[in-house]
Amino acid sequence: MSWLLFGLLAVLTLGGGLGVVATRNVVHAALFLLLSLTAVAGVYLVLFAEFLALVQILIYGGAIVIVVLFAVMLTRSSDYPRISDNRQWPLAVVAALGVLGVLAAAFMSRPSPVTRPQSPVFDELASSLFTRWAVPFEVASLVLLVALIGAIIIARASGNER
Amino acid sequence: MVPLTYFQLLSAALFAIGLYGVLARRSAVLIVLSIELMLNAVNINLIAAASHMDGVGRFSNFDGQIIAIFVITIAAAEVGLALAIILRMYRNRATVDVDEINLMKW
Repeated sequence: MSWLLFGLLAVLTLGGGLGVVATRNVVHAALFLLLSLTAVAGVYLVLFAEFLALVQILIYGGAIVIVVLFAVMLTRSSDYPRISDNRQWPLAVVAALGVLGVLAAAFMSRPSPVTRPQSPVFDELASSLFTRWAVPFEVASLVLLVALIGAIIIARASGNER
Repeated sequence: MVPLTYFQLLSAALFAIGLYGVLARRSAVLIVLSIELMLNAVNINLIAAASHMDGVGRFSNFDGQIIAIFVITIAAAEVGLALAIILRMYRNRATVDVDEINLMKW
């Protein structure tokens, strides 16, 4: 059962990813990204990481794809199909395949542990997040705040704009 | 149960797809989308390792999930900032083609 689910979700994930890098239409690319990210949430469920699956759907499906679609609408989307890929895309294929080969060799070279997937209960995760990981947690919130302010300042229309 | 290696291979394949996107696309928005694919590949790897392995020393077996939460946070901040920069770029240069943004090219 978990093999079947994993195979299905892996096909959806990789198919969505290939759609993102293959299509010329930016809106289609964003929708392919949504497909891929939702399938990744399913992979998290196969791994018994329920909280991460929820976070994945909320943040990626709910927020990031919407923001990307807004950005596509605010720029002139009729321009996009004209923008083709690089001339050096064969080199990019070689580089990607090389990285894939190295990573796959590294992952296959050591046998995977036999322990069966297990998931922490929610309160274990939460208490760890707010005790041992409290300082990184606060830093992450600071990063979000700075990124928010920076994005507003960068995107705001200034008065002396042409 | 699906062994850890298969999740890692899935993650490697997704990372390679994202890498190809970053290297080959010319539209800035599509490059940002490809970076998201790569970050998700990293997250799959982290969470698979977190749920298949036991804790070592000070690290418990779900610390990988917590690091994945931080990766998602950074990804959200990165997308917001990147799209703000793309909007500004579009307003100043009327293009999102990164090959035409060569102001800082030596």
